[in-house]
Amino acid sequence: MCGAVAGGPSIEGIDMTKEAVIQGIVTRGGEPVSGAYVRLLDGTGEFTAEVPTSATGQFRFFAAPGSWTLRALAPGGQADRQVVAEQGAVADVEVAITA
Amino acid sequence: MSRTDALVDADWVETHLDDPKVVLVEVDEDTAAYEKNHIRGAVRIDWKTDLQDQVRRDFVNKEQFEALLSSKGIANDDTVIIYGGNNNWFASYAYWYFKLYGHGDVRLLDGGRKKWELDSRELVSEVPQRAVTQYKASGPDTAIRAFRDDVVSAIGVQNLVDVRSPDEYAGRLLAPAHLPQEQSQRPGHVPTAANIPWSQAANDDGTFKSDDELKALYEGKGVDLSKDTIAYCRIGERSAHTWFVLHELLGVSNVKNYDGSWTEYGSLVGVPVQLGDNPGTPLGGAA
Repeated sequence: MCGAVAGGPSIEGIDMTKEAVIQGIVTRGGEPVSGAYVRLLDGTGEFTAEVPTSATGQFRFFAAPGSWTLRALAPGGQADRQVVAEQGAVADVEVAITA
Repeated sequence: MSRTDALVDADWVETHLDDPKVVLVEVDEDTAAYEKNHIRGAVRIDWKTDLQDQVRRDFVNKEQFEALLSSKGIANDDTVIIYGGNNNWFASYAYWYFKLYGHGDVRLLDGGRKKWELDSRELVSEVPQRAVTQYKASGPDTAIRAFRDDVVSAIGVQNLVDVRSPDEYAGRLLAPAHLPQEQSQRPGHVPTAANIPWSQAANDDGTFKSDDELKALYEGKGVDLSKDTIAYCRIGERSAHTWFVLHELLGVSNVKNYDGSWTEYGSLVGVPVQLGDNPGTPLGGAA
């Protein structure tokens, strides 16, 4: 298993104290965007992972502690958002697409 | 090989949607994707259940591949267009199988499912019915597949290209960040391997970069394209993407995909492992 499911991985059965979770929602005009793509870029801007958003616009990554950039792509628009991940914590962010 | 033999764009697919000799194949790991919708007329191949042996860790043999393609209604003389999610990772992996088993005309849809969706092109939920065929495979052509002993022998000798993300290469992550990190393998990379993430070969929308950009990418990272090359990742699908770039788009002759990849290599007893951001020496070690 290496592929991404919509919304990102489930936290069921996962020891969350070992994970640095980044999760959230992609919105446009305040409404969730399903079927958008969220890319996780590391501190140097290098691609690390990508998931399509769920039916309710949500996404999740298991990252490593540090600074990351989220880039959301949707038909006709995109947006970047900076985020910091910490071990054993969940960073919850909204990425608002402006176009 | 060249780009036009190996790759088609979305416009080409739209003009061939009703061509009976063109078969679209969606390859995903996320089975829900195809069930939700897919390009009209596309059949599904499941990366895990259709392309992997269900008992031992290996891919399907020639007879299993023949049975699979026959049941999907794919004939030897069909033009097969493969696409999928995850920036065509699993589509590239399936493309590599089709080549391994000698299919004549197989190509990838540039950008895969993501580009198609971002373009807001038509997707349908109806599953097509194709008549069963009598598919005959050849091979397997192991000239494009590397095994663990090939990788160990290549340390410090051939090009080794680790296409995982920098954090996986260095040993800071054990899996892509959309997966849980608890894994059994040792972290790190094969000593002397260059880290050229698959993603550097693709644009944000999943399409491949131009031949000139791709050539500059690998040569800029010190890959001597006149030497033999082995690409690997974690389970061999992202490295199939890089194998496709080197072997199919750039026409580099001796390129193998190591499908055992890090989940095998990182579990081997006694092989050298290198930690950190640099390729390291053949003996491996901490950064």
